[in-house]
Amino acid sequence: MTSTAAAAGRAPLLRIQNVAKSFGKNVVLRDISLDVAEGEFLTILGESGSGKTTLLRIIAGFETASAGEIWMGEERLDRQPPYRRRVNTVFQHYALFPHLTVEQNVAYGLRVAKRPEAEIASRVAEALEKVKMSAHAKSKPSKISGGQQQRIALARALVNRPRLLLLDEPLSALDANLRRQMQVELKSLQREVGISFIFVTHDQEEAMVMSDRIALLRSGELEQVATPRETYGRPATAYAAQFIGHTNLLKGEVRAGAVRCGLLTWPADLPDGPALFSLRPENIHLMAASAAKSGSVRARGKVRHQAFHGATELIRVECGDGMVLVVRTPGSSGMLDEVELEFSPADAVLVRESPERI
Amino acid sequence: MFSRAYKAAVTLPPLLWVTVFLLLPYLLMFCYSFWSVSESQTIVHSWNFSNYAQLLRVDVYWQTLLRSMSIAARVTIFSLVLGYPLAYFLSFYAGRKKDLLYQLVIIPLWVSYLVRAYAWKTILGSEGVLNTLLQYVHLTKHPLEFLLYSPFAVVLTLTHIYTPFAFLPIYAALEHIPRNLVEASHDLGATPGQTFWKVIFPLSIPGVVAGATFAFVLSLGDFLAPLLLGGPSGIMISNIVVSLFGAAYNWPLGAAISFCMLLLVVSLLFFSERLEKKWSFS
Repeated sequence: MTSTAAAAGRAPLLRIQNVAKSFGKNVVLRDISLDVAEGEFLTILGESGSGKTTLLRIIAGFETASAGEIWMGEERLDRQPPYRRRVNTVFQHYALFPHLTVEQNVAYGLRVAKRPEAEIASRVAEALEKVKMSAHAKSKPSKISGGQQQRIALARALVNRPRLLLLDEPLSALDANLRRQMQVELKSLQREVGISFIFVTHDQEEAMVMSDRIALLRSGELEQVATPRETYGRPATAYAAQFIGHTNLLKGEVRAGAVRCGLLTWPADLPDGPALFSLRPENIHLMAASAAKSGSVRARGKVRHQAFHGATELIRVECGDGMVLVVRTPGSSGMLDEVELEFSPADAVLVRESPERI
Repeated sequence: MFSRAYKAAVTLPPLLWVTVFLLLPYLLMFCYSFWSVSESQTIVHSWNFSNYAQLLRVDVYWQTLLRSMSIAARVTIFSLVLGYPLAYFLSFYAGRKKDLLYQLVIIPLWVSYLVRAYAWKTILGSEGVLNTLLQYVHLTKHPLEFLLYSPFAVVLTLTHIYTPFAFLPIYAALEHIPRNLVEASHDLGATPGQTFWKVIFPLSIPGVVAGATFAFVLSLGDFLAPLLLGGPSGIMISNIVVSLFGAAYNWPLGAAISFCMLLLVVSLLFFSERLEKKWSFS
């Protein structure tokens, strides 16, 4: 599996082993095990309440795990107080010190570590340069914009040359345009400095754009840990398939090497019994647009809804027997009525059911 | 938009109040401070600076003023030394007991000032609780005289009374500090001690200034504690003012002293407000 750090050819920097956390009777994290490789950009993706921030706070040392261990190299990290961990955090609301200037904020970590003043000055200048904020060195945080505060928070963390940087939804307070711009900047900065990033977000698109791997968290349990491509192309669970991108979930029945799903049927090398498949809208094609391929599954239906998205269009097609398929077509399809659809059986990915959890 | 009648109805009463009960009396007091008392004990409306000159010339007046300031300064320091750790503990470490402890700090404010001052009298007196106890355990043979009717007693009592006043603004300032700043500091490698001195304390300075101002100004003008517990060596400037307006029947001199105190307090408030502004960042 390409989803493990070792398979990527990099030594794990951080090992999270069977970590669990409860607040009183409220179980927030259950048995989380996760490796982070040296220089990796790992995203913890989840809805609010999934426990992603708690996991990050346990790594930073602001919360103690109820069970489990966290190792950084040969060092047991979870026994150290936060100020002894070689981990730095970029907080959701930046948490810049309001009484200090931008420069003093960035210098904070080096000052408390009692580095020589000359070294502090040059490292702070370099860090401000890196985030393009040198011009604001003498400003107070309240005088600069949210995006700028974001950069300072980043510089303040990176100047300490941590082995691991934790980012708690750092872009969530920015507006959409700035956010996309910062995603690119953050990613290229991470490549440049080569520090491992653990990035927490609820935004699946952000996770896809930035990450080497995505750890998808749901109600305190890991659903899937994989590269963005694998997560999207081979979702492990129904939840993963639905949370990341659009999908059609097809409930089928396997019998004697064939799947029956409503009026559709296709061959599959699976044991008999009920099975759940994820089929991405873009993997379903209009017959008119492409010549029928051999071995493809075909269906005919009526278009019930058509939503224009620019380059593409999402159409909902009723295929009889109560089955509705969402299909992504090129944006130039025009108004559609009766369509013939086809998809390759290989694109119908078997997924596990995601049981309801409280 | 509000109608003019409404605006007038809302602003007039407080304006009247301030004029009748503050501005006019102060103005009158200011006038009195330039008048004098004749041999026949009547007030002569002749304008001169003799009262202010007397204030500087006669030792007892300026010495008592200095002593009052020294007592107020000591009360301020002790109130801060007691109030700050208390506020810090409550705000950062009390957890669920926070509200209860907060109420416990506030409750003494509901008890009459006089009762609390008298309580200290019964504790510190020569037949009082403390002396009886000390003699009972044979730590002392005779009652300790300096406990009561001394500046010590005044400072102790005023500290007890004004510590909640110092505590409240400090507590409010500490409660205002976003906790993620404390986490950020730890995250950047600062120990709890470094975090306190580099983040928590600087951000609580407006509260400390407000608390210190309360303690200093309130104890500077106090006259009950020195009256009940101060004795001859512990009298404060307000006691002199009281006697000048009363038994001594020298309103002009009393007014002059009052006006000096007023100037002192107002300039202090002005200064502390500037200081608070300089250290607030929201």
